[in-house]
Amino acid sequence: MSDATIEVAGLRKRFGSTLALDGMTFTVAAGQVTGFVGPNGAGKSTTMRVILGLDAPDAGHTLIGGRPYQDLRRPLTQVGALLDAAALQPSRTGRNHLLWLAHSQGLGPRRVDEVIAQSGLEQAARRKAGGYSLGMRQRLGIAAALLGDPPVLMLDEPFNGMDPEGIVWMRGFLASLAAEGRAVLVSSHLMSELQEVASHLVIVGRGQVIADTSVADLLASASADRVTVRTSARWDAATVLGDAGATVADLGSGILTVSGLSAERIVALLGESKLPFSEVMTHRASLEEAYLELTRDAVDYRAEPARGAA
Amino acid sequence: MTAPTMTPYRPGPAAGHDSFAHLLRAEWTKFRTVRGWVIAVIVATLVTILLGVYGGARSQDGCVGGPCHPFIAVGPAGEAVTDAFYFVHRPLTADGSITVRVTALTGVIETAETPQGPARTRPGLEPWSKAGLIITAGPSQGSGYAAVMVTGRHGTRMQWNYTGDTPGPGKGAGEAGGVSAGSPRWLRLTRAGDVVTSYDSADGIRWTEIGTVSLPGLASTVQAGLFVTSPQYVQQVSQQISGGTQSGDPTDATAAFARVTLQGRWPASTWTGTAVSGGRNSQYPTGSEAGYRQADGTFTVTGSGDIAPGAVGGTPVNQELAGLFIGLIAVVVAGALFITAEYRRGMIRLTLAASPRRGRVLAAKALILGGITFAAGLIGAAGAVWAGNRLLVRNGSAIDPATALTEIRVIAGTAVLVAVCAVFALGVGAILRHGAGTVTVVITAIILPYLLAAAFPVLPAGAADWLLRVTPAAGFAIQQAVPQYPQVAGSYAPFNGYFPLAPWAGLAVLCAYAAVALALATFLLRRRDA
Repeated sequence: MSDATIEVAGLRKRFGSTLALDGMTFTVAAGQVTGFVGPNGAGKSTTMRVILGLDAPDAGHTLIGGRPYQDLRRPLTQVGALLDAAALQPSRTGRNHLLWLAHSQGLGPRRVDEVIAQSGLEQAARRKAGGYSLGMRQRLGIAAALLGDPPVLMLDEPFNGMDPEGIVWMRGFLASLAAEGRAVLVSSHLMSELQEVASHLVIVGRGQVIADTSVADLLASASADRVTVRTSARWDAATVLGDAGATVADLGSGILTVSGLSAERIVALLGESKLPFSEVMTHRASLEEAYLELTRDAVDYRAEPARGAA
Repeated sequence: MTAPTMTPYRPGPAAGHDSFAHLLRAEWTKFRTVRGWVIAVIVATLVTILLGVYGGARSQDGCVGGPCHPFIAVGPAGEAVTDAFYFVHRPLTADGSITVRVTALTGVIETAETPQGPARTRPGLEPWSKAGLIITAGPSQGSGYAAVMVTGRHGTRMQWNYTGDTPGPGKGAGEAGGVSAGSPRWLRLTRAGDVVTSYDSADGIRWTEIGTVSLPGLASTVQAGLFVTSPQYVQQVSQQISGGTQSGDPTDATAAFARVTLQGRWPASTWTGTAVSGGRNSQYPTGSEAGYRQADGTFTVTGSGDIAPGAVGGTPVNQELAGLFIGLIAVVVAGALFITAEYRRGMIRLTLAASPRRGRVLAAKALILGGITFAAGLIGAAGAVWAGNRLLVRNGSAIDPATALTEIRVIAGTAVLVAVCAVFALGVGAILRHGAGTVTVVITAIILPYLLAAAFPVLPAGAADWLLRVTPAAGFAIQQAVPQYPQVAGSYAPFNGYFPLAPWAGLAVLCAYAAVALALATFLLRRRDA
């Protein structure tokens, strides 16, 4: 294996009549944050549980650093995971929660205090975890994942319940963990949460991988850019641009929407024809739009018709 | 892939190795950091002690300032014994033997006053009325002895030191073909040093050895001779809600001994008659009297009482632990929650991700829980017995003497009982994954049968016995302080502290339940998705 530290191969799993995983296959590389994105019910959490040896797949296998999870002797030193921030005994303090986990890996209270500091929980560590806000529980979960100082981190919806300040903190924290050379897999059902932090994406729907791509490639492959042009000579402008091969739509009020030409080319064409224009603006397809376009067919539970992607 | 090529992160050198000790430490940390569980265990301990104190404090058997209770004799092994009989004896120095022909054994039973009529006496022989020869090691009650005898309905026997009992070939006086003037029975007791041997014969010519026992430290000069005794008439009172007290009515037995033949050195020239008495243990029917007559070489001896293990009147050590089941409820709750709380919140996933070898997780939990609850049970039981005993003594009440081994077994066995109940709850909890359901199942399985069968006996004795054999409540048998002896007629009902299974057998039943629950839990834990 090169530097792929999580390997998921051909996972299938059925819960009753629901096919939760249908050939899920991907790898996670070290040194970057990989976003694990898909609508609710796409199989993200099930995949993570299978990786951690909690659920048994009907077919397929997963490896951590080339080894099955069951073979890891002190697994938290290989993979740190945050599956469910609420999975704790409410009457135990946050610090004691980390302490039993540390003891299970042969680690001591000093390591516990280190991860408490790392995740910014010093104030709350000696209070009962039952009284924590969801954001504090997420931090406690991050601290638990970091206990074993593992090369692989796997976080299921870590942004859930975090305030904006927490989300910013989490993004920076994940980026710094990846910068240390760790493999970081972060799931979310909202692409916007992963924007600016994930450099690679595994997009899933209905138990399968829809796209396994870098963020840059995804944006490039998304629908062509649209350019809006504000001009007083809209008829002439539409003719010139249409002759150059663009598709032009007249939105009225002197605004044209142009697709099929770059903004630079449009400015050049209008200049050559001496046509006046007051504004040329490029609308980049956002990651969100690219994602929604990809997953449109894979969304199981859609409340209303999706917004148009382009 | 367009990810930048980077060197994968490598953590620093890992300290230590995966070990079961880490797992144990983690589970210990889990337990001690939930205040509710710690409190439950402490409460269980305190409740057990306090109910022992309560039992001792409310005791009304005695009176303040001095013992008013009947004297309870202690046998050579330290257990409570009954030692009451009529003894016609002479000293025997060094080796020798005594031979006798028993020509009759009859008795009188008094029927207690009832709403149907006043007290009456009628002829009748108790099955365990005894008449025969005895060599005693000392004059005090509870001394060592060896005896050979004819009984009411249990044939000829050799008995020694209260608990020893070996049947001989002859029939009892109350049985067909038993002792009568027409068919006498010959008995012989021979002493050689510390060793006493007994013989039985139908004709005084052909002798059969019944048994040989050693009475270590037997003095050179001992008292030997004829004895007669007859235990109280015991009705098997089936247990009812009103209580299962046994009713005992006075009896006596009268035996005729002929041809008393002595060998060896018997320095005294005459026989002495002594009523070895044990308070309420030797009650004579109205109009009946202890004593002996000697005429024409025949001794007619009348006695009442018993020479047997067990005594009436004391508080057995297990009664001080009668409140254990209340503490046990708290222990069962803590044991169930130790695993079901993890399922309730999904924390089990964290536990199993940290320790993928699931069987070891359950083993570690069982060991930690068992260890903690064993310690709590040990402190609780020892405290209850210690405090209860002190209060009983202060109130002038009698404590049933028990051997040190019995006390240790009752106290340590109670601790094991508590621990195994907790582990049973853990196993059921891992199977059901639901706290309230687990507590209900375990309490129904362990405590409910105990309450119905033993603590508040609402069931007939047969049903109670059955429950205490097949349910996990059989484990309470480990607390039985007074053993059940076949040679003593008694009201051996669970309410009186007698369990249908032997102490360790009863505990084994509970352990089997816990083992099956734990095995099934391990199987399911390995098989199920977490």
